[in-house]
Amino acid sequence: METLVEFFTFEYPNIKYVVFGTILLSISSAVVGCFTFIKKKSLVGDVVSHAVLPGICISFLASGSKDPFLLIIGAFISGWISIVVMDAIIRNTKIKEDAATGLALSVFFGVGILLMTYIQHSGNASQSGLDTFLFGKAAALVGVDLLAFSIIAVIVLIVVFLFYKEFKLVSFDPQFAKVIGLPIRRLEIVLTSITVLAVVTGIQAVGVVLMAAMLITPAAAARFWTNRLSRMLVIASFFGAFAGISGAFISYSTPSMPTGPWMVMILSIIALFSFFFAPGKGIVVNQWRRFKIQRQLLEENLLKAFFKIGEGNNDYFKEIEANDLRLARAFSSGQLNKGLRKLNANGYVERVGSAWRLSKEGHDKGKRITRLHRLWELYLTKYLRIAPDHVHEDADTIEHVITPELESRLEQLLDYPTADPHQSTIPSRH
Amino acid sequence: MDAFIIILTGSLVAVSCALLGSFLVLRKMAMIGDAISHSVLPGIVIAFLLVGSLQSAWMIIGAGLIGVLTTFLIEFFHQKGKLQTDASIGVTFTWLFALGVILVTYYAGNAHIDQDCILHGEIAYVPIDLMYDDAGNAIGPKAVIVLSVVLTLILLFITVFYKELFITTFDPDFASAIGISTSKWHYLLMGLVSLTTVASFESVGAILVVALLIAPASSAYLITRDLKWMFLLSSLFGIISSFFGYWLSYALDGSIAGAMVTISGVIFGICYIVTVLKK
Amino acid sequence: MIQQVENPALEIHDLTVSYDKKPVLWGVDLTIPKGALCGIIGPNGAGKSTLIKSIMDLIPLNSGYVKLFDQELDDVRKKISYVPQRESVDWDFPASVLDVVLMGRYAQLGLFKRPRKADRDAALSALEMVGMDKYAKRQIAQLSGGQQQRVFLARALTQNADIYFLDEPFAGVDAATEKAIIQILKNLSSEGKTIVVVHHDLQSVETYFNWVILLNLRLVASGPTSDVFTPQLLEETYGGKLTLLSEVGELVKKGGFHAREKQ
Repeated sequence: METLVEFFTFEYPNIKYVVFGTILLSISSAVVGCFTFIKKKSLVGDVVSHAVLPGICISFLASGSKDPFLLIIGAFISGWISIVVMDAIIRNTKIKEDAATGLALSVFFGVGILLMTYIQHSGNASQSGLDTFLFGKAAALVGVDLLAFSIIAVIVLIVVFLFYKEFKLVSFDPQFAKVIGLPIRRLEIVLTSITVLAVVTGIQAVGVVLMAAMLITPAAAARFWTNRLSRMLVIASFFGAFAGISGAFISYSTPSMPTGPWMVMILSIIALFSFFFAPGKGIVVNQWRRFKIQRQLLEENLLKAFFKIGEGNNDYFKEIEANDLRLARAFSSGQLNKGLRKLNANGYVERVGSAWRLSKEGHDKGKRITRLHRLWELYLTKYLRIAPDHVHEDADTIEHVITPELESRLEQLLDYPTADPHQSTIPSRH
Repeated sequence: MDAFIIILTGSLVAVSCALLGSFLVLRKMAMIGDAISHSVLPGIVIAFLLVGSLQSAWMIIGAGLIGVLTTFLIEFFHQKGKLQTDASIGVTFTWLFALGVILVTYYAGNAHIDQDCILHGEIAYVPIDLMYDDAGNAIGPKAVIVLSVVLTLILLFITVFYKELFITTFDPDFASAIGISTSKWHYLLMGLVSLTTVASFESVGAILVVALLIAPASSAYLITRDLKWMFLLSSLFGIISSFFGYWLSYALDGSIAGAMVTISGVIFGICYIVTVLKK
Repeated sequence: MIQQVENPALEIHDLTVSYDKKPVLWGVDLTIPKGALCGIIGPNGAGKSTLIKSIMDLIPLNSGYVKLFDQELDDVRKKISYVPQRESVDWDFPASVLDVVLMGRYAQLGLFKRPRKADRDAALSALEMVGMDKYAKRQIAQLSGGQQQRVFLARALTQNADIYFLDEPFAGVDAATEKAIIQILKNLSSEGKTIVVVHHDLQSVETYFNWVILLNLRLVASGPTSDVFTPQLLEETYGGKLTLLSEVGELVKKGGFHAREKQ
């Protein structure tokens, strides 16, 4: 707790810088990542982040200094070259996108490793610290480094802000963008450039290998919460910033813990949570919806069975033994118990001794389902030419789906029918 | 002698990777291979923490299972979560890799494994890490023995099940239609890729394995139109990379694995130029 | 006009199939007699290929079942041959024509066995039938579209099947190839084999097929060509979309009702 307070009151100015830096880096990569995500080119970020390594090494070898601006220029150039090489391979040979991606990524990285180990072994005293690019070192983000990388992150954000509309169109529908006369080629170059820049700054914090996560994971997680790009950008930035702060805090409170991998870990946890639990799209949420549908189907089928038996008896409100419901449809005893209890709780049926009786509302609902079932059977025979003895099963599903609006249209289309294909009466709406 | 053992180790890794990589490239699954090679890291670290090395067969298999799990997760998020494949791959492998790095840093004192080792392994130590028989006599370097077993396994797998691998790679729909399960062969193949990645880890590291999986196979794919030739040529390219890589690293005093990859990149460059000029 | 037959080669019963949770085929119920040369006709997106794929169990069924020669698919796989769309595979694949044709024998070989001399002979004679015997050693990347289709047909022929399913075999092939293929199919049909072809060129339907299935999200008609291939039924197949049906389809998808409720 004490550390938490210490951390968030920025008792030490260093913390302030580190937190500020990681947030800025996280947001700029999250924002750029959203565009590569919707272009379905998420792994391009992975390529670039591996491919900057030789650039950094060559830049160091040529200049002999660790001036961040020189290293960034080297990184930027080799990042760009990797994309050009990848595109050339795809365009000029039969090699497909996946292999070209993996090839550019791993070969550039291999060259980088060779150069870096060469520099390390050459005993150059000022080389120490180059390897922070491999796994990142957010805590080292101070002074001129912080300044350099912050400026770039801000530039990236400003460019996205200025070209938001254009980037959106180019990413979603390049064909259309071309038709309405946007200079897509130039826009693509700008977009790729800021992707490379975002990667170059981000690897300071998390390192080359995990940089891909800073681009891909916030966007993928945000996608589960919204369908709109503008909101996706905001949500992804928020996830990125949250992971940035948390990562910085964890490594602050436990100094042996690396910042970058923890940032990625927290982002991944957010993403996994989103995949499973995000409303609307999450996997668990979908399973739950399916479960609820199964329950709705059971209840509606029970009411339909009540109605059908009532139809035969000419009395819809007569008590019916639970087992007799099986005459209308093959319910398991578990289904019967569960369904009837639920219907009772909702006031659709009431218990009379060992038997059950429909309530007014239950009767109306059973009638509606029966009506929709028979209407759909009629539709299938009339419009889909399905034989009357083959329509029952299909109607058993669709009766639960049809909305009142579709119901009216169906009725109109069938010219307000009174009998289904089996000559059973279609109950009236009221 | 050391040079020979190092080149031999490199060649064993490179040939194993080239053979499996040929299937990855043809199945358009190179990036799945990339994902597997990253995500086996936590499995490897746990194996190291438990026994201090990767030389037990069970450890290799256990760590390799995480690779199969990765494949499964990527497929799961794609199918059930409707997440596009590229993002599904990216999220899954970075997550597991981050877990691995955290474990490495946290237990840095306990495991003989560090961050450099993750990236490019240390093939130079292979000749001094020997395996002994019950009587205590040295049989040979551990890595060479383990990798020979892995390569034999791969060779057996590819020769015995050539038909099934060929048909499920070329035309999965037709394969299913005649009753050959595509997913079974998919997971078997991915299992072998994981196994190879884990076994190669100490020599070339998690990431450079990717280059050896993809580069020689892609180079061979460019210049031949026959599957058997593709196997032969990609293996040959792997061996050449190992041989010249060793001497390049010797000359530059740099990482051997990095140099092997650099050479494999050069070989690809040559194949690329040849094909483009021929067009 | 849906004509059912006794003792059919193919029986599809109340088949409903969804693609991405949305039903794309509704309640298809039909039978095809043995020896028929049958064309599946309908507009783009009508579910023609989906129908074939669901027969081959490549797409899960929502409801209904398929029987071939009155048996389950798994029991008669060796009697069935399937020719996927030509574009479904990567023709850059490093393989020779003979390699691909030999695949037709894999089902009979089973695990562990390699193709024998007899299998090579079968493959070569199938290549001869499609006029490609001179190309046996050729790499598939060097073939034209028509030649690729001939190779696929040769692969199917080596299976010695009793029923053949071909998905768009005439798409993008030259006139000579189309003529050669239909001649082979007619010969097979006269030997009593059943052939089912996804086709979309209305001009040639009457000369090619003796049985026609008209499909557009639902089965419009199935029967002998002369009965089914009428202006009125074609109008019904290609004309007016059933908007209500597709709207209900959307609702099924959105509501997650896609799995048929458990009985």
